Amino acid sequence: MTSLADGEWHRLHPASPLLRGGIFIVAVLGFIVANLRERLIDFFFGVPGYGGDPIDEIMRRGAVGWALLIVAVVLVLILVGFYLSWRMHTFRVSDEVVEVRSGLVFRSHRRARLDRIQGVNIVRPFVPRLFGAAKLEVSVAGQDANVQLAYLGSALADALRRDILHLASGLRQPAAAAAAAAVAAAAIAAASAATTAVPNSGTEARSGAETGDFRTERASAPEFGTAEGRAPGGIRAPGGIGAAAAGIAGGIGGFAVDRANEFFAPELDPDAAPPESVVRIPPGRLIGSVFFSGFTVFLVLAGIALVVSVAFGGSGWLLVAILPGMIGSVSYYFSRFTKSLRYSIAGTPDGVRVGFGLLSTSNETLPPGRIHAIRVSQPLLWRPFGWWQVRINTAGHSTNKGAAGEANTTTLPVGTEDDVARVLELILPGFNSAEHLALISRGLRSKGGDDGFTNAPPRAAWLRPFSWRRTGYALSDGIALLRRGTVSRELILVPLARLQSVGVSQGPVLRMLRLASAGLHTVAGPVAATLSVVDAGEAVTLFERVSAGAIESAHLDTSHHWNLPNGAPE
Amino acid sequence: MPEPEAPRRLDLPGVPDWKRVSPRYVVVEIVGTVLFGLALCGGGVLLWLVVGLEWAPYLIGAIALVTLLTVLFEPRRVRAIGYQLRQDDLLFRRGIMFTRFVSVPYGRMQLVDITRGPIARWLGLADLKFVTAAASSGVLIPGLAEADAESLRDRLVELAESRRAGL
Repeated sequence: MTSLADGEWHRLHPASPLLRGGIFIVAVLGFIVANLRERLIDFFFGVPGYGGDPIDEIMRRGAVGWALLIVAVVLVLILVGFYLSWRMHTFRVSDEVVEVRSGLVFRSHRRARLDRIQGVNIVRPFVPRLFGAAKLEVSVAGQDANVQLAYLGSALADALRRDILHLASGLRQPAAAAAAAAVAAAAIAAASAATTAVPNSGTEARSGAETGDFRTERASAPEFGTAEGRAPGGIRAPGGIGAAAAGIAGGIGGFAVDRANEFFAPELDPDAAPPESVVRIPPGRLIGSVFFSGFTVFLVLAGIALVVSVAFGGSGWLLVAILPGMIGSVSYYFSRFTKSLRYSIAGTPDGVRVGFGLLSTSNETLPPGRIHAIRVSQPLLWRPFGWWQVRINTAGHSTNKGAAGEANTTTLPVGTEDDVARVLELILPGFNSAEHLALISRGLRSKGGDDGFTNAPPRAAWLRPFSWRRTGYALSDGIALLRRGTVSRELILVPLARLQSVGVSQGPVLRMLRLASAGLHTVAGPVAATLSVVDAGEAVTLFERVSAGAIESAHLDTSHHWNLPNGAPE
Repeated sequence: MPEPEAPRRLDLPGVPDWKRVSPRYVVVEIVGTVLFGLALCGGGVLLWLVVGLEWAPYLIGAIALVTLLTVLFEPRRVRAIGYQLRQDDLLFRRGIMFTRFVSVPYGRMQLVDITRGPIARWLGLADLKFVTAAASSGVLIPGLAEADAESLRDRLVELAESRRAGL
């Protein structure tokens, strides 16, 4: 279904300017008028200090016509502004690039090459989500280089994401042919089952079942954004609940049902992904993970300091300094909790899809080979529960906040070791043999010793008294594993095909102990792949092995077009 | 438990001939160090004469001493800077006290930057920076003769083109 990814220019959802901030402008205008109306009247009509209501005053002066005219002109100007900004904001998806043109006075034109896509993110903030709109963001490497399409119809955004990923994957033929077969099959299945399994794809299911080829419908409505805007969903059958409901309710009712279906739909687009998330986070664990965090420790310490200072008759400045922060922390806990709710992660043919959020939702797809480093870590407070967190480095950075209100780099906010294994299997495909899994497990929990990792020598205890035993590295099938930390355990995995460079260094103290430090340089992110203590001789071995491995892996890597068969010419 | 004796100093065996930077680069480093030392001394003099701190002369003396020592070690530090074009990657080293070795595969090149400071330009030298997607790579080869810098840049671009890789 290439209604939008056909190389032609398209427009966004007609309500976009309003959703992007227009509501805010209108509200501010209303606020100003409501509060300053007397001053405004004074300013325009030079009637200082009159007593009554301005409306009465206007009536008395016989200026009703003028007043209405001014209001009408302001409204028309705002609407024209919105219309023009919508009209000038167009986008195009072709086989090679995604392009966006926008701007009324200052025109901007932005292109992103499809084979350089680092991720595709669909975000549904709360208010646009109520209106059935979604924001699609194509991340490419670099600061502020993302291409953002805000807003599209919710179902359209899902379809466009699939098309973009499809084109980017290297399968050059337009997605229509392939997708049509797949969706038609899905539609028939949905029609025969008549379940609520695929509420999101209601349109496709219906048209697919009726016509056998929904492209005809698309062809009749090439400017689909416009069509959607004139009758936003009202004429569409809400596939999930069933056509009966739509027949009775129709119009507004249909719209409401449609929106409700979308609102409660699972985050994972059912016809593009295996519907089952591989990891579930029970709310209890989520609450626990937020509660047993470093922030809580800080809060408890602050509370103790507060009590002590008050008890010993402090001057009270501490109270003023800390108490507002402590009250504010409640909202911090709440937002971390809600942002991580409904977390899901699943593998799709075009990469790993991570979704989360209760009211505002976000759903990012990371194509294969876009993950530069992975860190599995366990803070001390989580150890009794056996919880771990997975964070990643990617070259593209979505401007939207990710799980737990942090940057979009937390792939698993909290999970057990089994969950970690499942997540790693998704983000490091092919690294899941028994041997690899054993290596990962030892990297997570082993106390050190001869376990496949090359560890630091005992003299490193001068610098790392607790963790020297397990500070070490291993190389296996193009992945470098760095293990470190005892108080807060960490395992870092770096796919050598993504490694930018490798360095070893040595300062005077390390030289005295015949040690060195090593660093695997990846793109910027929360994960720093460094080992602070390595045997000096071993560091040279690491340097040679990793640099040779990086060259070899990069040579074999074809993930920029991940669906091309290996070694195929571009 | 007996352990095999590890080498004290970090060095890459099997990498015999490092290409060194121009000896004239010592002048650039010395001028920079001396100017920096003079600026600090100027601050010290201000503290002494204007603010009237009595221990300021000792501070100035210490700054002068550190500057002098740095200048004395400068030739060694410059001699320690080296690079080598291997089959598939660029090797880079620098530092005596704080030694650092970096290996960058050519395919990882994002861009090559050539810059010239005022003193380096007077001496006909240029700095070459090899930029990857990782900020921590930090490969900056200073003090190359201008012609060398340009031919090295062209060579690196050519090598990167033939070993093209994504991010």
